[in-house]
Amino acid sequence: MTDSTAPQQRLRVLAAMSGGVDSAVAAARAVEAGHDVTGVHLALSANPQSFRTGARGCCTIEDSRDARRAADVIGIPFYCWDMAERFRADVVDDFVEEYRAGRTPNPCLRCNEKIKFAALLDKALALGFDAVCTGHYATVVTTDDGRRELHRASDAAKDQSYVLGVLDDRQLAHALFPLGDTTTTKDEIRAEAERRGLAVARKPDSHDICFIADGDTQGFLAKHLGTAEGDILDEDGRTVGTHQGAYGFTVGQRKGLRIGHPAPDGKPRYVLDISPVDNTVTVGPKEALDVVALTAIRPRWCGEPPVGPDSYTAQLRAHGEETPVTAELVDGELRVEFAEPVRGVAPGQAIVLYQGTRVVGSATIDTTRRRERVAG
Amino acid sequence: MAYLDHAATTPMLPEAVRELTTQLAHTGNASSLHSAGRRARRTVEEARERLAAALGARPSEIVFTGGGTEADNLAVKGLYWSRHAADARRRVVLASPVEHHAVLDAVHWLADHEGAEIEWLPVDEVGRVHPQALRAAAERGPERIALATVMWANNEIGTVMPVRELAEVAAEFGFPLHSDAVQAVGQTEVDFDASGLASMAVTGHKIGGPYGVGALVLGREHTPEPLLHGGGQERDVRSGTLDVPAAAAFAVAAELAATRREEFAAQVGALRDELVDAVRAAVPDAVLGGDPDPAGRLPANAHFAFPGCEGDSLLLLLDAQGIQASTGSACTAGVAQPSHVVVATGADPELARGTLRFSLGHTSTAEDVAALAAAIGPAVERARSAGLS
Repeated sequence: MTDSTAPQQRLRVLAAMSGGVDSAVAAARAVEAGHDVTGVHLALSANPQSFRTGARGCCTIEDSRDARRAADVIGIPFYCWDMAERFRADVVDDFVEEYRAGRTPNPCLRCNEKIKFAALLDKALALGFDAVCTGHYATVVTTDDGRRELHRASDAAKDQSYVLGVLDDRQLAHALFPLGDTTTTKDEIRAEAERRGLAVARKPDSHDICFIADGDTQGFLAKHLGTAEGDILDEDGRTVGTHQGAYGFTVGQRKGLRIGHPAPDGKPRYVLDISPVDNTVTVGPKEALDVVALTAIRPRWCGEPPVGPDSYTAQLRAHGEETPVTAELVDGELRVEFAEPVRGVAPGQAIVLYQGTRVVGSATIDTTRRRERVAG
Repeated sequence: MAYLDHAATTPMLPEAVRELTTQLAHTGNASSLHSAGRRARRTVEEARERLAAALGARPSEIVFTGGGTEADNLAVKGLYWSRHAADARRRVVLASPVEHHAVLDAVHWLADHEGAEIEWLPVDEVGRVHPQALRAAAERGPERIALATVMWANNEIGTVMPVRELAEVAAEFGFPLHSDAVQAVGQTEVDFDASGLASMAVTGHKIGGPYGVGALVLGREHTPEPLLHGGGQERDVRSGTLDVPAAAAFAVAAELAATRREEFAAQVGALRDELVDAVRAAVPDAVLGGDPDPAGRLPANAHFAFPGCEGDSLLLLLDAQGIQASTGSACTAGVAQPSHVVVATGADPELARGTLRFSLGHTSTAEDVAALAAAIGPAVERARSAGLS
């Protein structure tokens, strides 16, 4: 196997530059690797704010300027592309609709699948570019027979292969992740940015959801979905409290339930189910969260779809632990059995399957099967 | 490299560079009374006289500013304030919808913050304001008009306005007409006195002078409220220590622009016609923007809409070939918006997204045009395949 970041040929590369330190260093490394690089900042908000506040949000005018300044220092052409309409339709609306349906979506995966490695990649390819480069921490390797494989980053602590698990062969064939093979820490990436004269070296990392600038997801959802009082039920269907909208909860959530009286056994209660149809939230003890199997839809494979049941490890959320599973594709639906029960599995989340460090594929969790508990 | 964006800024003339660098070596505040001050003042006043002569104005009508944007803001806001203060009924600003943002945004600001009422003057399909349109607007209530503003020539599509006829209408109804002449100087005859304008904005860096210096040519009977208060320089209308080297170099460039204008216009016009023919040959469905009659447009300007293309994609593809042009449209966070000028001419908004401006200047050559001729066809084809996102 050969490392894809050491190019056999000079590629025309479009570097997606958010205005943050990772994508700036990634673009600089792509130049250093000998590629012909052009920077592009995606304007994803129709009404960008002027300035960034702390570590939240992105796509402000300030971010756009930071990206442009970084491109100038690196010495590459820079453009700003307006993809606000596509982003709204494919990511923001989808996010709201998933919550409306009682699921818990991951908009970053969706953005990688639909925007960065679809809308952006398609436009790049049409304009004559060979690849799109981002600041993700993941590794693409080319096998001896020319296939492209997505692997975890060399540094497991920074690995972002989970949010790239939605990429298929064709998308991977045109993806470049220059940060994937680094074993350097984030501080060292910052030091590298400093050494390269990039002013974003000391810019805070962004986290949370980029299109919810104030970080108030509940407020965002309330604005888009409205509020409607509903019941909080226990496992036996008894009303134990009320809430202002079922979509505001996530399976496995413990805090913020505001249930007045304690459970009979005095133990904390967790969200077990969300039912948007009758606007109810069901709560119960921690053990009731144990999931032994799930089905997942919309599978996407980095390579050939697997045939027959096979053993994998699965990751269920960004920065989540790996857990051993057996998985099988049946009628286009992924059926997964866990070796040990796992907790806090929410429909709408992505399950990403690995074999060793290699990403096999991903799917969106549709239903879960709980461990049967002994009554009492 | 083919630089086809002279309307954005054009290389400084060697004569202007020489004047600027010579003057930079001297010390002296033009407001000081001692000998260094007197020397500086003399340089500024000579520059004022040369600039006035080049623009058909009197020296006392030149108000040096920090550029065209400031001159436009001073005229639009300053005249609105002073005219409204003199008669509270005067709230209406008549403006063409194809103005540069320096005027457009100033007008919007007056509406948003000062209670001004904007009445947009209709333009035809080449973006021209006709005197009848101004007359019709004036007749609806001349006593309500604070000022009118119509640019001399459009920065994107190059259309030249009938300034003198428009000014006659304004004079007949008794309101001031301001004109942004930033793009017109050096390409078409700009004679302030003959125009009948109340005020006119000009700038240095579009005519081979330095950046950051411009002037409001201001009729002596007009006293706009200043934007900047301070030492009372420039008829008390524009305070601030005078930039002596910039004013001197600006005057040199303006003088050369005036004396070379006819010859330059003929040369650059012929080159522009070649460029238009070449683009049409390579891309038969390209739509020429602005006035097809060369007499009605700036000789250095060519403007095209390329159906099915994103202007941004074309810019990227041409830039990669060393060809530098402009979409000529405004940016928010660097994102190109459909040009308000093209939209105002009634063009299909889809078409407005795929426009490019090619503007020539004193360093342009046949090789520049040949480079574009070779690159534009494949670039348009490729941009079309990328489509409109």
